Amino acid sequence: MVGFHGWKKLSVLAIFLLPNLIGFSIFILFPILGSFVISFTEWDLLSPPQFIGIDNYIQIIRDPGFYNALGNTLFFIIGYLPTVIIISLTIAILLNKSIKGRLFFRAAYFVPVVSSWVAVSLIWKWLFNPAYGIVNYVLSLVGITGPAWLHDPHYAMIAIIITSVWKDIGFLMVMFLAGLQNIPDTFYEAASIDGASSFRKLWNITIPLLAPTTFFVLIISLINSFQVFDQVMIMTGGGPAGTTTVLVQQIYNHAFRYYEMGYASAMSWFLFLIIFVITAFQLRMQKRWVDYGN
Amino acid sequence: MGIEQKKKRKRSDQMKFVKNIAFYVILILGAVIMIVPFLWMISTSLKTRGATMVMPPQLIPDNITFENYVQITEAFPVLQFLGNSIIVAVFTTIGQVVLCSMAAYAFARLEFRGRDMLFLLYLGTMMVPMQVTMTPQFILMSYFGWLDTYQGLIMPGVFSAFGTFLLRQFLLTIPKSLEEAAFIDGASHWRIYWQIMLPMAKPALATLTVFAFMQSWNNYLWPLIMVSQEKMMTLPLGLATLQGRWETNWNLMMAGVVISVIPVLAVYLFAQKYFIKGMTLSGLKE
Repeated sequence: MVGFHGWKKLSVLAIFLLPNLIGFSIFILFPILGSFVISFTEWDLLSPPQFIGIDNYIQIIRDPGFYNALGNTLFFIIGYLPTVIIISLTIAILLNKSIKGRLFFRAAYFVPVVSSWVAVSLIWKWLFNPAYGIVNYVLSLVGITGPAWLHDPHYAMIAIIITSVWKDIGFLMVMFLAGLQNIPDTFYEAASIDGASSFRKLWNITIPLLAPTTFFVLIISLINSFQVFDQVMIMTGGGPAGTTTVLVQQIYNHAFRYYEMGYASAMSWFLFLIIFVITAFQLRMQKRWVDYGN
Repeated sequence: MGIEQKKKRKRSDQMKFVKNIAFYVILILGAVIMIVPFLWMISTSLKTRGATMVMPPQLIPDNITFENYVQITEAFPVLQFLGNSIIVAVFTTIGQVVLCSMAAYAFARLEFRGRDMLFLLYLGTMMVPMQVTMTPQFILMSYFGWLDTYQGLIMPGVFSAFGTFLLRQFLLTIPKSLEEAAFIDGASHWRIYWQIMLPMAKPALATLTVFAFMQSWNNYLWPLIMVSQEKMMTLPLGLATLQGRWETNWNLMMAGVVISVIPVLAVYLFAQKYFIKGMTLSGLKE
């Protein structure tokens, strides 16, 4: 490198990198390490932490509250993931055509994405109001008596899933659109010359060539949905009767309501483990996709 | 062209027409479902409490009133929340863009021992969810005496591995020849960063700016942990906290929500492409 030696080099590095590196170490790196250490202790923040080995991790396995939260989170994922992917993929495919008002539609679908979870959750809480909400009003127009949604243990999580799908469609849609734009037109032109119907084009060109994008979107959404929290906290607070309590909420409750820092940290590392496994799987599969592309 | 062929073409045109209509119907229906909740939010915020409990619901209220907006700003500290949100979001965004762009310059343009390892460490932390770091971060903040303070709300959000990564990737694409010419003319690193790199990286900087602003503006979990006094609450936290008191006053609640979504929606409308880019790139870090 030109004009870059010794002390001068160090001082340049110090100016550019050090402010970020110091903050990164204090506010990100140190807390990560700290969390790992804390997960082997019992600590209520009042008395000094006690080292208790892997007891916190053992407690996770025995904690019915944890299994309830894990089950609810999985229920959320099973309802949310396929729905949001199918809808956003459909919208993206329709918007990828040269239709009028494309930009308007894209903007409309993206508005919920830029709004906060708090705003979206409060709006939907009002829409799901059993007596005066629009959702039950619309249902009553077609002769259905709507449930009490967020107050009904059978429907509360479904209402949260609907809200989450609604908010995230736009986010997944733009990722699908980016993937669709990468499919070369020549494939479609060749298929047109061969007289392929648009359904065949969709089935034999778009879907297979979009597979890496779909896989990527699926993984990201899966990781995000394991971290579902804001909308639950605001719409139900975990109720009714614990039917919507999710993993992150358990972590939050144990840390900031019961002041069990060790146990909360151990649970957060369990969450990390899930995310780590999913990411590792993704990286492996991605290699295979790339090979496939070649 | 034979008559048969003409007929065939006509039929395929008709098919296309019908199909296009079907596409539009789906898209418009979808767009309506996306937009109606927001219209309903605005409509409710302009109603009296009694009018929110009228069946069938009125999308356009008979009596439009701005009373709710007056009431939530006078009887509740909503303007204080708004001010806190602006302070936190603005300083977090500025801090993030400045510090990330400087570190990105070091990672992309300077050569030093351990650079790639260090960068890998930054990348690695992006995989660790916020839930892992939040407990020790909270403890750290309480040791610093930063609970219920602006610095406590701002500082942890300033240091972003994602932002550093995003800008570093962009700076790598800028050709080396540009800065080499400047070096020969005797320019310092600072000048190259300031006068060559930053202007060239404008699209990436804009993307990070709107993304960081949106994230900070919409953040709920961190203020929830950090803040217990009402006067330090940001809008999302304040609204979530007030909802207990406003439970049956949906007109007040929706007026508060309108105030919280308008700023970010305004920024979105002006800088749409950067939002979309930021979200697409962010992937993992929603």
